[in-house]
Amino acid sequence: MDATFTFTVNGKSRTVITDPGRPLLDVLREELQLTGAKFGCGEGQCRACTVLMNGKSVASCITSIADADKQTILTIEGLANGERLHPVQQAFLDEGAFQCGYCTAGMIMGTVALLKEVPNPTDADIISRMNRHICRCCSYPKYLQAIHRAADQARKEAV
Amino acid sequence: MSEQYSTGEIAQPMAEEIDYTELLEPVGYDFGLNRRSFVQILGAGLLLVASAPALAQERGRRRGPRGPQNIAARLHIGKDGIIAVMTGKVEAGQGARAEFTQAAAEELRVPAAQIQMLMADTAVVPDDGITAGSGSTPRTVPAIREVAAAARELLIDFAARQFGVPRSEITVKDGKAIHAGSEKTIGYADFAASEEATKDLQQTISPDVEVTPVAEWKVMGVSLGRPNAREIVTGAHQYPSDLVRPGMLYGKVLRAPAFGAKLISVDVSAAKTMPGVVVIQDSEFVGVAAPTRFRAEAALDAVAKTAKWDRTPQPSSDKLFEYLKEHAEGGMPANPFADELAKAAKTLRQSYHVAYAQHSPLEPRVAVAEWNDEHLSVWTGTQNPFGVRGELTRAFHLPEERVRVVVPDFGAAYGGKHTGEAAVEAARLAQGAGKPVSLRWTREEEFTWAYFRPAAVVEIEASLDAHGKMTSWHFININSGNAALNTPYNIGSNRAQYVPSQPPLRHGSYRALAATANNFARESFMDELAVAAGLDPLEFRLAHLDNPRLRAVLQMAAEKFGWSGRVKKKSANRGVGLACGTEKGSYLAACVEIELEKNQIRLRHVCEVFECGAIVNPDNLRKQVEGAIIMGLGPALREEVRFENGEIQTVSFRTYPVPRYEDLPELDVHLLNRPDLASAGAGETAIMCVAPAIANAVFHATGKRIRQMPIRLDAA
Repeated sequence: MDATFTFTVNGKSRTVITDPGRPLLDVLREELQLTGAKFGCGEGQCRACTVLMNGKSVASCITSIADADKQTILTIEGLANGERLHPVQQAFLDEGAFQCGYCTAGMIMGTVALLKEVPNPTDADIISRMNRHICRCCSYPKYLQAIHRAADQARKEAV
Repeated sequence: MSEQYSTGEIAQPMAEEIDYTELLEPVGYDFGLNRRSFVQILGAGLLLVASAPALAQERGRRRGPRGPQNIAARLHIGKDGIIAVMTGKVEAGQGARAEFTQAAAEELRVPAAQIQMLMADTAVVPDDGITAGSGSTPRTVPAIREVAAAARELLIDFAARQFGVPRSEITVKDGKAIHAGSEKTIGYADFAASEEATKDLQQTISPDVEVTPVAEWKVMGVSLGRPNAREIVTGAHQYPSDLVRPGMLYGKVLRAPAFGAKLISVDVSAAKTMPGVVVIQDSEFVGVAAPTRFRAEAALDAVAKTAKWDRTPQPSSDKLFEYLKEHAEGGMPANPFADELAKAAKTLRQSYHVAYAQHSPLEPRVAVAEWNDEHLSVWTGTQNPFGVRGELTRAFHLPEERVRVVVPDFGAAYGGKHTGEAAVEAARLAQGAGKPVSLRWTREEEFTWAYFRPAAVVEIEASLDAHGKMTSWHFININSGNAALNTPYNIGSNRAQYVPSQPPLRHGSYRALAATANNFARESFMDELAVAAGLDPLEFRLAHLDNPRLRAVLQMAAEKFGWSGRVKKKSANRGVGLACGTEKGSYLAACVEIELEKNQIRLRHVCEVFECGAIVNPDNLRKQVEGAIIMGLGPALREEVRFENGEIQTVSFRTYPVPRYEDLPELDVHLLNRPDLASAGAGETAIMCVAPAIANAVFHATGKRIRQMPIRLDAA
């Protein structure tokens, strides 16, 4: 039985009529054409689907649209400010921190959430908090560098 | 190290043209006869090729060893000065897009930003063969360079004619031909607009075309970022699983509950009542298509609930290695060196077991198929666009000209996407639905129905004389293949054989193919021989090694790691080990340190030296080498496909644990640049030393030999 759901995505209010059990990931990709968040496993094990819900990193593949009702969602498409990339995006770009890039949007969103909570992360902080993100190309060393770079940049901009 | 640089000759690739024994059982779909008249496809909506007749000619022409030797088939010079470079290779994260851009930019003498790579659209690009076998660097890069160099020479000719000066007074820089004397310049765009251009670009290039010597490289040899990197970090890049076509439905296919199961009956009536759902049934092929993926899943569930299957007993992984040996074709070959064994001071014989592994690329296989009249277009992630086109032509009985395969930059493969299952399935659903269909496999389907890295039994027997020199070597690989089969060491009586078996699971290529199994066995066994000879593992190897490139990486790795000091240190829970190897023209050695935590083996430190001739893109090479090392620790320590009676049990990242952030060892990776040697491919080989180095380190720490992958202490 379909129901109506209204939520904010990247600053805009969106309304969707669909099955309450449908994953947020599917709604973002199929109804809102926001294909940045990716399907990797469908069970929250790889985090390619990561978006921010009320500022927290969630696996949108196991978040139902019902759970997202009335919430605030931020996806990769909502990070940049026009042509100006978000510092995390810029850091990943400058480091070339990806190979196939399929995990990258999720990785970036995960990093945005991480840096909100821990602006000055150590390697150990990053590893423990990002461990739920799988990169099959195993770009982990470059990701570590990029995340540190993003943290440094954000600190500079805050000063 | 030699200081001599190649002088503009195109150096021959280090690896021979690979005769790919794919070991793959194709899934043979055949969807019936459908004869229509022949219609040529030109890439509608894409950048125009310089000359359509050139492309048509190319299809009829027999391919040279490096692809088409006709400029127009490879390059298109736009009126805006943007130069489109076309290749049948794909980009799946391994860095081809950047590398080819560098190759073209170098020879054309244009900034990299002026190059636009057009990759893997069978309607527009030449067939450069499958993207596999570490072939892009030694074969496709030279092909692109030759064509680009030829185009540069044409520009010089053109400028010389336009300026009325000898061609020797023309140089090309930043996309312009410059006559120093008069300061006149003219660009590629001007050339393209001229009357001569169309004819000139259709020429066959001269075999004498000179490419830029390594010493003069300005764009090659330097790190270039992936050209479409910005689209990756913004989420704008459309992976095949992101593509939407007008009216598109989402498809799913009914899968058997186990290998060998046959469909007896199925009731699709419930699924048919769901709004917007189409059911396609073609004997045992049953699929659904629906307006959303969620509904397609529900429709498929409704069908699957009713399906009745006939199952036959199937093998299980606990009996895998006996099974492989029992079914070895022609039986186990006997050791031909019985006389050496008889007179040896010492002999040694061991058997090594390597489990099945799964590539699990993060983007599952996916295809978007669309029929227009009798023309089929499929967008899919595959390493083999023209091969998949062939699969589609056969499955649907279509002429090549009516099938177009487009491969957008996709979410990785590691050797696991040579075939076109998703393409064929999507096309069949689209045909039945009368609408485009996007079919994306689930992770469970990936773990079950995608082909695996083959399991192996490797048996080795060798003999030593009284001085610790090997006198004979007999090496047998059962089931997994002949990559890195032959030993790089000097052993007089030496024989290596690959023996096929009857694999219980569908298998095929994987990063470095059988090299991981063969090198695991070989380098573990070399360590055992070293102990038998009473020699340090490094000394033992060097005593049998002439190959200067392999010696160089081995000695450098040992030195950087501090091998001689560390190997003497005894520690309760730490151990060191080393391994080396060569495959596909690249050379490497790794020294590792492991730590034991209870029964868990943790890889703490890897020092790897990697050499692949003249490095084209250092940053990309580093990512590929480090990525391969980390990826390799998965099958080395944990990854194993388990199955019971034909049912795969490891169908999730929960039960099939791939490497994560927390597995990251300290990495000390050295890329040994050899500008005097031809550039070899590097996407695979770096994975092949991780497992044996770990096994050898485990022995160093515990005195136990683990002769299987994954390497586990409870298996001793």
